[in-house]
Amino acid sequence: MSEHITTETHAAHEVSYGTYVMVWLGLVALTAVTVTIAGIHLGSVTLVAALTIATIKTILVVTYFMHVKFDNRVIKVFIFVCLLIFITIMVLTFSDLSFR
Amino acid sequence: MVMEHAHPHVHRDDEGSKMGIWLFLFTEVLLFGGLFVLYAGYRFAYSDGFVAAAAEMNTFIGAVNTIILLTSSLSVALSIAALQKGQKRLCMNLLWFTIISGLAFLVNKYFEWSHEIGNGIYPKGPALENMSSGEVIYFGLYYTMTGLHGLHVIIGMIFIGFVLNFIKRDIITSTNFQKLENAGLYWHLVDLIWIFLFPLFYLVH
Amino acid sequence: MANESLAVSPNDVNFFQYRGKHRGLLGWILSTDHKRIGLLYLSAIMVFFLAAMMLGVLMRLEMLTPGETIMKPQTYNSLFTLHGVIMIFLFIIPGVPAVFGNFILPIHIGAKDVAFPRLNLFSWYLYMTGGILAIVSLFVGGGAADTGWTFYVPYSIRSAQNVSMTTLAAFVLGFSTIVTGINFIVTIHRMRAPGMTWFRMPLFVWALYATSWIQVLATPVIGITLALIILERALGIGVFDPALGGDPILYQHMFWIYSHPAVYIMILPAMGVVSEILPTFCRKDIFGYKQIAISSLAIAIIGYLVWGHHMFVSGMSDTGRVVFSLLTFLVAIPTGVKVFNWVATLYKASIKFSAPLYSVLAFIFIFSIGGLTGLVLGTLATDIHVTDTYFVVAHFHYVMFGGMGTIFFATLHYWFPKIFGKMYSEKVAIIGTTFFLIGFNVLYFPMFIMGYMGMPRRYYDYLPQFQGWQILSTVGSWILVSGILIILGNMLYALLKGPKAAMNPWGGTTLEWRVPSPPPVENFDEIPVVTGGPYVHDRPTYIMNPSKELIHHDGDGLKTTEEVRH
Repeated sequence: MSEHITTETHAAHEVSYGTYVMVWLGLVALTAVTVTIAGIHLGSVTLVAALTIATIKTILVVTYFMHVKFDNRVIKVFIFVCLLIFITIMVLTFSDLSFR
Repeated sequence: MVMEHAHPHVHRDDEGSKMGIWLFLFTEVLLFGGLFVLYAGYRFAYSDGFVAAAAEMNTFIGAVNTIILLTSSLSVALSIAALQKGQKRLCMNLLWFTIISGLAFLVNKYFEWSHEIGNGIYPKGPALENMSSGEVIYFGLYYTMTGLHGLHVIIGMIFIGFVLNFIKRDIITSTNFQKLENAGLYWHLVDLIWIFLFPLFYLVH
Repeated sequence: MANESLAVSPNDVNFFQYRGKHRGLLGWILSTDHKRIGLLYLSAIMVFFLAAMMLGVLMRLEMLTPGETIMKPQTYNSLFTLHGVIMIFLFIIPGVPAVFGNFILPIHIGAKDVAFPRLNLFSWYLYMTGGILAIVSLFVGGGAADTGWTFYVPYSIRSAQNVSMTTLAAFVLGFSTIVTGINFIVTIHRMRAPGMTWFRMPLFVWALYATSWIQVLATPVIGITLALIILERALGIGVFDPALGGDPILYQHMFWIYSHPAVYIMILPAMGVVSEILPTFCRKDIFGYKQIAISSLAIAIIGYLVWGHHMFVSGMSDTGRVVFSLLTFLVAIPTGVKVFNWVATLYKASIKFSAPLYSVLAFIFIFSIGGLTGLVLGTLATDIHVTDTYFVVAHFHYVMFGGMGTIFFATLHYWFPKIFGKMYSEKVAIIGTTFFLIGFNVLYFPMFIMGYMGMPRRYYDYLPQFQGWQILSTVGSWILVSGILIILGNMLYALLKGPKAAMNPWGGTTLEWRVPSPPPVENFDEIPVVTGGPYVHDRPTYIMNPSKELIHHDGDGLKTTEEVRH
């Protein structure tokens, strides 16, 4: 009889409530910033600023809320690969679009 | 001769489960990614049309919805911490809060869309007949992208609903909570997509 | 006689005989055993392959004469659309990974199953749903889509045919692929047996790993693209409709961003099997193991960078065209690395001829033709002349059918004794394969000539100067089909009446040859321990029953009783 149980639990890393709330405050603040900038009518700078702020918010969410800061390297490499592919697609598509 | 066999082996691998959900999240990123590529292409081609169309958007509702989703991400992250600390009741309450936030987001969306549709602003709608190509495509992308996102909010809510049930039945516990983490990761992705949708549709000036 | 009510070990019987929670048919369609799921896929895939093959035969019959021969032009358009959709999404893409990947992968890495067995079964149900939707689209509404499998806008938006149902079928099939990809990646990362480092994995596993990454990251792009076609048809969102300001070239970009990497999903697993068959029948280690492994990853990565070569005449910018042409040349490099390493494996080897090896040798030749003609297409100046002609049709049939298809049958021959525990007639297999190879070349080589002469693809009618070649090509299709039927008939006969197969009829060195034919439900009594590479012929590199053989654990080395004694 082969009743075979394998159990691999991950080392549970606890993040404090406080850290999460701090991250949330940062996210809300950044939202306020991006809305404010948009109201100033800076033209194309608005877009760059908005995307930059969105990226910072993303990094905060991924690193802390999604716990990636404390994860194994494999997950980080995976995320990097996914982003690389997405960026490649965007860039190569524009190698056509921006030159028509 | 009838042969009864022992159960096949039981296998728990939290790290593998986490990898699996991350890979699934990547497929969602590329799914929306395709739409973002289209958005980028068309904004590049029709920048004036996009600016004109975006004037119709309700930045206030968009901002409120952003805050709602950010807060719901906080609550789901806190729920995991709570469960790790053995605070099951608090964990479940936080998850309920997350679901209700999702609902609030969708209700806002409903009012927002009703208003726009009421004004004839929708694909093949009366308001679009006189609009430039850029504006038409802006709204096409708007409904497609926010609609698809809304669908994912619903999926996320269902996912969390299942997890709530598992916690109630002690299938998910303070030492066995990868399923909760996975639901949380999915929810955060839904939040992340909105983090980009918001400026691209509501902050175009 | 054993007490009938006593529970026994699942490994006392092979996976066909095992009876778990469900009996009979339910025991198959509700099974989460990767081996049964692999065979569920095989049954379905063979049915769809034969259906699409018949569509191809009918197309070739129509092309015997200019003008109408046996069908109307509208029908012909639907036929080549469905032939493409079924062959690509229901045969070539899942063919090797879903059947043999599912069956062999866990055994190759010394695992008892994949990481997510229930998800695995779910992927099969997704596959069946998509397949049935595709077939149903032939019979409901206006009939199947007539847009070509590429569904180019604006016609796919305007066509009165069942475009939405056909694209929905492809969408669902995409999901199936994604689920399989996720399963394999996690399985390979997490479930390798002790001692199996990445560079001790069989090359088939490396191939599946690279393929799975493409499946996961590229498929969603076509998912959204096809969903947008459906939305465009239903709601008129404008995103792809030129009448509303949409850009048809953007559609093509989105379509090919997936569909080019898709061809690597098709070929990488097949190349992985080639890397298995060669060391076995050359009775020596593969030449350049690391290079072949890395080249699989390189092909997967570079494969993302070349999609624009399908669009050279679409209206794309000159800059875009130059960029994509240059990147296209790059992808030939890792492919060349593989071919050279395979040939080097054959050099000075002790070669044992067999049906699988016969196919592999033909494959190297056929795939090289396909690949080299790809360079003709990848070069801007020559592409202008041959694009959208029969030249392209010949090229992709050489690489996809002559490439993956040849190896699919080689794989069936190679792992048939392991999967079914029966042996087929070698002689008949060789005869069948010979018909296949001759028929294949007579069918498709004339298409290079016709294409060069200017015969457009997807055309129902043609000028008289092409007829001789068209007839020759059609005759080739009959020879090819005979070959396929001989091969399949031979295997069917073996299933019913063939002799039992040994555990290791070919003298292979990877783990599947160390378990019974057919394997037991849990593959191994004990998870083996790995002590060396996968293709070592002069000494064993797997310890199959570690608890009996190992008594000494010493730091990072597990010693057998023999080693400890000395």
